[in-house]
Amino acid sequence: MSNAVYPIAAIAVAALVTLGLRAFPFLLFGRRPLPKTLRYLGRALPPAIMTVLVIYCLRDASFGQFPFAVPELAAGALVVILQAVKKNMYLSIVAGTVLYMVLIRVM
Amino acid sequence: MKEFRFALKQTVPIFFTYLFLGVAFGVLMSDAGFGAGFSAAAAVFIFAGSLQLVMVPLMASGASLLTIALTSLFINARHIFYGIGFIEKFRRMGARYPYMIFSLTDETYSILSSVRYPEGLDEDRCAFFIAMLNQSYWILGCTLGACAGSYLQFDMRGFEFSAVALFLVVVTDQWRQYKTKLPFLVAAACAVGFFLLLGKEYFLVPTLLASLAALLVLRGPIEKKEGLAYE
Repeated sequence: MSNAVYPIAAIAVAALVTLGLRAFPFLLFGRRPLPKTLRYLGRALPPAIMTVLVIYCLRDASFGQFPFAVPELAAGALVVILQAVKKNMYLSIVAGTVLYMVLIRVM
Repeated sequence: MKEFRFALKQTVPIFFTYLFLGVAFGVLMSDAGFGAGFSAAAAVFIFAGSLQLVMVPLMASGASLLTIALTSLFINARHIFYGIGFIEKFRRMGARYPYMIFSLTDETYSILSSVRYPEGLDEDRCAFFIAMLNQSYWILGCTLGACAGSYLQFDMRGFEFSAVALFLVVVTDQWRQYKTKLPFLVAAACAVGFFLLLGKEYFLVPTLLASLAALLVLRGPIEKKEGLAYE
């Protein structure tokens, strides 16, 4: 069983580092009344973080050569338009994902 | 159990995303020679999609624990920012407080930061069920992929776009909810700028830090526009 030690240790290390990162703001501010700046950030950060996450997810799209990120951009635009007009999360996600899966196969 | 049903409805899109990515992880793990127990353990204790996927080749090549630690730090550094908006909410949640912190993934964060709880439901229970359901989908996917990966022969390429679609839905809703558009514009400008400057491997953390700094600088105009008065 000695070859089980390494994967267990690796999983434990990754788990502890990840938990440490997630717990960081709570360890720093968790026990005191929240400073006003932090309450402001709690409100202002989410739209910024989500915007960054969307762009981060598109980092592997090929903008410079064929297919010029068309699947990502077209499917993404469909999601935004559907969500803005119909406001139905399931419809937006399913339609966008299906369009993306089709486009990466035909392009 | 109205809260559970509400959480179930909110997490349907995550079910598909996590099942797909989890299966992908489980298949990679079993191909690399790690048994299903390790896939399940990773899903239970790490619960971080992109990190787990990156770890498979690292573990297969016997990378040092220091390498694993630095990779985890690097890939998940963005999680430092997620808790900031939830300190007061999670603190109220008693025994569930540590679990809420542990389970704050990209997807759980995106739901919790945009969900509107209906009247009459216990918000804290809803949030807890949302986090817990998401992780149960993830554990299911990782374990299923490890056990039955070789029997799953569908061509699911592109299914991972459902996560991007979820994030776009959240941003679209937030765009409507926020009177000020500055947080979106600042973040987009930082992301594009650092992407062009540093490339796709390294732009994430500088982008988040720069967005944070810019939001602090722009606090006056943003608070004025949002009518935020913290008492």
